[in-house]
Amino acid sequence: MITRRGFIRNSAVVAAGIGAAPLWLVRAAAAPAAKRKTLVVLFLRGAADGLNIIVPYSEQDYYTLRPSIAVPRPGVANGAIDLDGRFGLNPTMRTLKGLWDRQQLALIPATGSADSSRSHFDAQEFMECGTTSSKLDTGWLNRVLGPAAKGASPVRAITAGLKMPRTLTGSCAAVALGEMDQFRFDDPQQARAIERIYSMSRDAQLASASAELFAQVKQFEEFVGSSYSPAPGAQYAPTGPGKSLQQIARLIKADLGVEAAFTDVPGWDHHQEEPNLMTPVLTQLSAGLNAFCTDMGDRMEDIVIVTMSEFGRTAKENGNRGTDHGHGSFMMVLGGPIKGGKIYGAWPGLATDQLFEKRDLAVTTDYRDVLAELVSGHFGTQNIGDVFPGYRMEKKLGLLG
Amino acid sequence: MARLFFLSITVAFLLVSTSLGQTNTLSEEQKILHALSRLTFGPRPGDVEQVRRVGLKQWMDSQLHPERISENPVLEARLKLLPSIDQSWEQLMRGYTADMMMTVSPLGTIASVRRVPGIALDEGEERLLKSGSAEEIVSLLGRLDPSKQRLAAGLVPDAILARTEVRRAVMRIVTPSAIPAADLHDAKIYRALYSSRQLEEVLVDFWFNHFNVQESKGNIRYVIAGYERDAIRPHVLGKFKDMLLATAAHPAMLFYLDNWLSSAPEMANPNSPNETFVFMGSSKGLNENYGRELLELHTLGVDGGYTQADVIAAARSFAGWSVRSVSEPVYRFHFAAHHNSEKVFLGKRLPADETDGVAVLDIVAHHPSTARYISKRLAQRFVSDQPSQPLIDRMARTFTETDGDLRAVMETMLSSPEFFSVDAWQSKLKSPLEVVISSVRALGAETLDATELVATIGAMGQPLYNKLEPTGYPNTADGWLSTADLLNRIRFAGALAGGRVRGVHTDPSRFAGKDVAAMARDLLGRDASPETLKSISQEVVTNGAGPASITALVLASPEFQRR
Repeated sequence: MITRRGFIRNSAVVAAGIGAAPLWLVRAAAAPAAKRKTLVVLFLRGAADGLNIIVPYSEQDYYTLRPSIAVPRPGVANGAIDLDGRFGLNPTMRTLKGLWDRQQLALIPATGSADSSRSHFDAQEFMECGTTSSKLDTGWLNRVLGPAAKGASPVRAITAGLKMPRTLTGSCAAVALGEMDQFRFDDPQQARAIERIYSMSRDAQLASASAELFAQVKQFEEFVGSSYSPAPGAQYAPTGPGKSLQQIARLIKADLGVEAAFTDVPGWDHHQEEPNLMTPVLTQLSAGLNAFCTDMGDRMEDIVIVTMSEFGRTAKENGNRGTDHGHGSFMMVLGGPIKGGKIYGAWPGLATDQLFEKRDLAVTTDYRDVLAELVSGHFGTQNIGDVFPGYRMEKKLGLLG
Repeated sequence: MARLFFLSITVAFLLVSTSLGQTNTLSEEQKILHALSRLTFGPRPGDVEQVRRVGLKQWMDSQLHPERISENPVLEARLKLLPSIDQSWEQLMRGYTADMMMTVSPLGTIASVRRVPGIALDEGEERLLKSGSAEEIVSLLGRLDPSKQRLAAGLVPDAILARTEVRRAVMRIVTPSAIPAADLHDAKIYRALYSSRQLEEVLVDFWFNHFNVQESKGNIRYVIAGYERDAIRPHVLGKFKDMLLATAAHPAMLFYLDNWLSSAPEMANPNSPNETFVFMGSSKGLNENYGRELLELHTLGVDGGYTQADVIAAARSFAGWSVRSVSEPVYRFHFAAHHNSEKVFLGKRLPADETDGVAVLDIVAHHPSTARYISKRLAQRFVSDQPSQPLIDRMARTFTETDGDLRAVMETMLSSPEFFSVDAWQSKLKSPLEVVISSVRALGAETLDATELVATIGAMGQPLYNKLEPTGYPNTADGWLSTADLLNRIRFAGALAGGRVRGVHTDPSRFAGKDVAAMARDLLGRDASPETLKSISQEVVTNGAGPASITALVLASPEFQRR
C-alpha cells in the first residue's frame, strides 16, 4: 500500500530531475516512513505583555495596577475567557479555547530570564543564544540539531522570515524562506547555466553554498508558485503569523525533513494604547496557531509549538494606556505530546513586594526550563549543557506526557 | 588517462611557479583592479584605465585626501534633490508631518490613492500629469490646490515615478513623514554610486557600521542623518578619539544604547536611598548598555582585558549624559543623574566630577587593545577576513604613535605587502550593499531613483541604517553565505541585466559586437575564469544567450561576488 506520505516523497524525487536528486532525498524516499519530530518556535518580538494575555483575573492587584487597560473578569462584556477559576485568556484569543479544552495548549505565566536587561536587542540576543547574559555565534535551536550528517535534508531548519534569526544560526544548514514564493529563480534556463558555473568553480566557499542552494530550490520547486490547500477548516490569514505558519505547514506536510521551524511575530512593544494595539496582533497570532493545528491534523502528534518573548512589561500601566519594559513574560506550548489544559509554573503575585524591582511581574520559570524540557522530551536531546551553556536542568514542569 | 596526465602537468607547473615566488606578488594590472575593488564600491567602465593614467600610487594618495578631489557634478545634482539630509532635527520633526495615510512603502500607497471619489482635475492638469516631463509634474503637484493633490499624486505614471524628484513630490503629498528616511537612504546609494571620493564613502559606511545606530528605534530617525554627517563623516580619516567622543555624546547613540535614561540614583538621593529617583520618565537607574558596548564593540574588543567592574565604572561615568528630552534630542549633561564620586576604571582613578566620562573615552582611545582591535577591523574590511598578526601589529603601532590618526593607519595598511598579496586578491566576499552597488557601477548604468536598490539591499538582509544589533553588519564572508543570500544575488543579477530594476537605466548597446570573454572582462575588470567562460559560452551556443543573459551570468558568477 502506498501511503500518501510515501507518494509525495516519490514524486519529489522524480520532480528533482534525472540524476539530479540530492542524496538526502533519495535516502528519505528509501527509508521507512520514520516519524519526524518537529519543533516550531514563535518569537514574539517587542516584549509581549503576558499580564493582558494570560489574565490573572482573580487578583485584585491586577485591576488596581491597570485601571484603564485591564481585561475585565469573565462574564462581563469583553471579559477574559475563564480557564481554571484563576486565569483567563484575553478574549481576542477565543480561537485557542478549543485547543485548551482538548488539552493541546499549556500556558506558563511569569517566564523569562534572570537577566534584568530591559533592552530589546540584548534580551532577544541572549534568549536566542540560549544564555542569560552572553552573546554567542550560534543559536540554541541550531545546537539542538547539531551539524548535518552527510546526506541529511538541507531543510532541517527553516525560518519563515527574511533573515536568519540567531536562534537558527550555526553549523546546521538552515533556510530563510523569506517570501517563499520568491524562493526560486526567475529564469530556469539561466539558473541551470548558473548552477553549472558554480559547480565548476574553484571558489570552494561559494561552490558549497550554491550546492545547498540548488538542492533547496529543487526541493521547493513543487510548492513555490503552486497553490496550497490547507485541510478543511484551517483558515490562514494572508499576512503576519498566519502566512508564516502556513509556509511552515506546507513544508512539514511535504515530508521534506523539517525538524525545526521558526518565525518572528513582531509588534508587541505597546508603550501606549495597548488594548487597541494588541488586539490585532493577538487575534492574528491565535488564529494562525489555531489554523496551523487544524491544518496539521494527526501530524500534531509529532509537533510541538512554543512561543517566547524577550521580557514582559510593567505591572502598572503608564500614563498613556500602555506599559513599559518589564521583566516576567509568558510562554505558550501547543501540540499533541503536550499535557495541556493547564497553567504551569508558580505564580509570583502582583503585590508591590512580590514584583521584580517593585514594578514588574517576577520570573518564576526560567525560559530554559521550558525549552530544555521540550527538546529533551521531544527530540531526546541529551547535551542540554551545550544547548544552554551554563544551565542545568533541575526541575521538570511535566509539560510532556 | 590523458586528462589526468594533463592535470598533473598543470599542478606541477603551479607548484614550480609558486616555488619561484612568482605568485606572491600581483601584476601591475592586478594591483590597479585590487585597489579599485577595495577602495571603491567597485570599478566602473574606464576606471582601470583612469588609474593607470594617473598612476596607482597617486590615485591611492588622492583617495586618502578626499578634500583634494573635486566632487562629481552628477552626485551633487542628485543630492540637491534630497534636502532633508542637511536639515536639523527640528526641521525634520516639524517639516514632514501630516501623513494622509499610514503606509509601508511610499510607492505602494499610490494605487490606493487612485480611487478617491468626488474630486476632479481639469483636463489640462490631467494631461500634464500623465504625459508631462518630470519637471512639469513636480511643479504641478506643488501648485495644485491641496484638495486635488491626493488625486493628482495617484495619476502620476509608474515610469516617471521612478525618478527621485517625482517620487519625492508624490511622497510630499501622500507620506511626508517617510521622506527623511528615504532621502537618507537615497543619498547613501547615490554617494556610493557616483562619488569621486569613493574611499571616503567606503569609510563612512565602515565607521557608521562600527558605531552602529538604528533609525527605527525611538526618535533616532530625527537625528540619524546628523549623526552620520557630524559624528562620523568628518572623522573617518581623522583622529579616532574625536569620532569616539562625537558618537558618545550624540543623541543618536544616547538613544540607541539607552544611555539617555541612565542615572545613578544612589548618588542623587544619598540621604534617602529608597526614594525612587525618576529621570527621563524612568526609574531604572544605571544602564550599562553603552558602557558595555563602548568597551566590547567600539574600542577594546571583547577580549580587550576589561571586567564587569570596568563596565559599571564606565556606565557610572556616563550617567547623566543625556538629552534635553525625547522631543528635544540635543545633548545635555544632567548633573543630578550623574555618579559624582571617584571611580576606578581599567586600573586608573577617575576624577570625582563630570569630566569622568571624557576621561573614560580618553583612556580607551589610547589603550593598546583599542589600537589592535581597530586595526584588525580595518584590515578585515580592506585586506582579508583573517588578516595576519604582523600586519595588525604594524597598523596598531602606527595607531599608537600617531595618537590614533586613522589616515596614517590606512597608509600603513595600504602600503603593506599584505594588502597587495596574492592571498588578499579577490578574497573578500561582497556584502549585499557592495554587490548591488558594484553591479550598477560595473554596468555604467544611470540611476534616477534609488528606492528599488534600497529595497533590494534590505531584502538581501542589509537594510540600510536599520541594523538592530550594536554589532553592525558582518565584516566577513560567513555573515553573507546563507543560501537565501546567494539566491538573492543571482536574482538581482538577472533583474538588473534584464532592465527590471526600477530607476536604473542600462545601455545594452555598450556590448555591441563584443564576445563573451570581452564582455566578462568589461564587467569584472579582469578575465573571468576559464570554467566560467566555458559555461557562459556553452549557454550562448546551445541556447542563444544574448547580451542581457551574458551580463546576468557574469554578474551572478562566483567571480563577481568577490572583491
